[in-house]
Amino acid sequence: MAASEVRRIRLWQDRIETEVEMSGNGPALVYLHGPWGLPPDRTFVARLAEACTVYAPRHPGTTPGDESAVHALTGWLDLVVCYGELFDRLQLAAPFALVGHSFGGLVAAEFAAAAPGSVSKLALIDPIGLWRDDNPVKNWMVLRDDERRPSLFADPQGAAAQTFFATPADPNERAAVLAPFVWAQACTGKFVWPVPDRGLKNRIHRVAAPTLLVWGDSDRIISPAYAEEFAKGIRGARVKLVAQAGHLPHLEQSEAVAKAVLDFVGS
Amino acid sequence: MKVCMFHLMPYRDLPADFEQRYKSAFIDPLWFDVADSEKVGEYYNATLDELLHAAKAGFHGLCTNQHHQNVYGFMANPSLMGSVLAKQTNGQNIAIVQLGSTLPSTTPPTRIAEEYAMLDCISGGRLIAGFPTGLPTDATISNAVVPVEQRERFREALALVVKAWSAKEIFAWNGKHYQLGMVNLWPRPIQQPHPPIWIPGSGISSTAEYVVILDHCFCHLSYYGAKNATAVTDRYWELAASKGRDDNPHRLSFLQLIGVADSDAEAEEIYGPHAEYFFHKLLYTPAYYQQIPGCLEYPALRQALTHNPRAEVKLGELKAKDLYERGFVMVGSPRTVRDQLVAYSKRLRMGHLLALLHFGSMPTALCKRNIDLFAREILPHLAPLWDDEYEDRWWPQRLRVKQAAPAMAVA
Repeated sequence: MAASEVRRIRLWQDRIETEVEMSGNGPALVYLHGPWGLPPDRTFVARLAEACTVYAPRHPGTTPGDESAVHALTGWLDLVVCYGELFDRLQLAAPFALVGHSFGGLVAAEFAAAAPGSVSKLALIDPIGLWRDDNPVKNWMVLRDDERRPSLFADPQGAAAQTFFATPADPNERAAVLAPFVWAQACTGKFVWPVPDRGLKNRIHRVAAPTLLVWGDSDRIISPAYAEEFAKGIRGARVKLVAQAGHLPHLEQSEAVAKAVLDFVGS
Repeated sequence: MKVCMFHLMPYRDLPADFEQRYKSAFIDPLWFDVADSEKVGEYYNATLDELLHAAKAGFHGLCTNQHHQNVYGFMANPSLMGSVLAKQTNGQNIAIVQLGSTLPSTTPPTRIAEEYAMLDCISGGRLIAGFPTGLPTDATISNAVVPVEQRERFREALALVVKAWSAKEIFAWNGKHYQLGMVNLWPRPIQQPHPPIWIPGSGISSTAEYVVILDHCFCHLSYYGAKNATAVTDRYWELAASKGRDDNPHRLSFLQLIGVADSDAEAEEIYGPHAEYFFHKLLYTPAYYQQIPGCLEYPALRQALTHNPRAEVKLGELKAKDLYERGFVMVGSPRTVRDQLVAYSKRLRMGHLLALLHFGSMPTALCKRNIDLFAREILPHLAPLWDDEYEDRWWPQRLRVKQAAPAMAVA
């Protein structure tokens, strides 16, 4: 699962240091993680790396030792431009495949709308970013203890949920695992609090890349009904619902999601 | 030392099965299921009556505070309460302690600068300007403040407010969170360059350090009592010393729940239901509303996850006698309470006691009896503490002189 190379890149007038985990061979694929940071997604990233050269950056503020970097970005435009700087620094042979989950899916969609010529394929896994009053997105940062697992996973007691929420018994080790997990929610939540709608609906028509929407059919954070909302805004977008999966289908049905993404990217 | 009456303005008649119906005192309780507007009108008036009663009884200050969307205390705008208190206490040597309006939740924060300046003018220079950062739910859920921005918004807003109070010329503010093209505040506070500034905190965090550096008064607003406060106050005094500050006790204010009756036995009996109501129903806040990601900066988050002693206390299981024994609520005869308060005031080095003499479901008659007994039997023993040794630089100038002329005579 270990990345074959970890690069630490200084960005944003040296106010942000972002680690990018690189692995695999083949065409370039950038993977943007969701609200819980990169570590829970590593197994999935490794699976993608079987067919692509995967670049998996950490969202600003979630790189160990650079937690205060979250304060260096002041708004949504900063964030999108900063990701553009990061992609430039990776010196990818443009255009490249862009894949994102949840919050990372929103960032990917926004970047694809802002720089349509840079993205060859866009795969969004349960992305946030749109809003329907009749079907509001659940706030994943404020979940009761008893609703946390069922909100995120189709099978709250399944292996994926157990792994995702596992914490060491030792208090210091527990803090070492939990603190980055909580902080990643703070750093990503900064840009979408309190309602995860930053106006993508006004810009989504600019997405030009062929787009695949992958959605857990039991997503109780953002309903699969949103797959159609995204598809309506992106010309030619395809939707793939994943059975027995919640908001994190790439963890709960990892193989099905990885295969769908790789087939799409390689097609 | 100065003694202030503190009031939360809670909902006093919650249903007995409140804890079964809701999982939180904050955010979740539905107004039309639990509350009644006529009744709440009575509570607001009773709260003002009780605070004004304390003023007449001889207390030195009256404290209000801001909270939202909860049953625990809902002075949604403390300036509204403070303006009544300021007007009604004109001619008395009473500080109006706004503890206070929450800067990160108010845009632009110059609105609070204006309200506080109005209060200082109405009261004839008796305002103490309190600036809490705000509870996580208040700021982030009720007022949509981005959790990870709460503290930096607070600091920028406070700097803007202080500048707006005393700037001689019109200025532009181009901050990270606030932009104002022409700031020229009307009115300005009587107290220049600014009224005394008090900043609450529940522990020693980056906020406490910030308070010490800026030379303001730190208010340790704990519901766990003086008996459990030494760890925090000792660290506070170490912090003050490390930053080159003196040991003037008036740098510290401390809150304590207090119930006084004629005897220990009577006090334990009559305050029991209200203490349990406070700790079981009003403080009923689950972790997911207290620990919203981003409300703690990363180092504080690491520390809280490593060791959070409060998480080990199950308030709902504590009976009144447990609350007394643990020191969360200080009850007893005047002598019992007085001896404890004098001892703890010295031990913690507190220069201002914020006495929560109304808590929980307490009716007005009992609250006023509590106030009267406290004012007559205990206050005279606390007031002289520290007076000969230290000047209270965090108290309105016009109220610092002993037996001063009524403030409005000056204004």
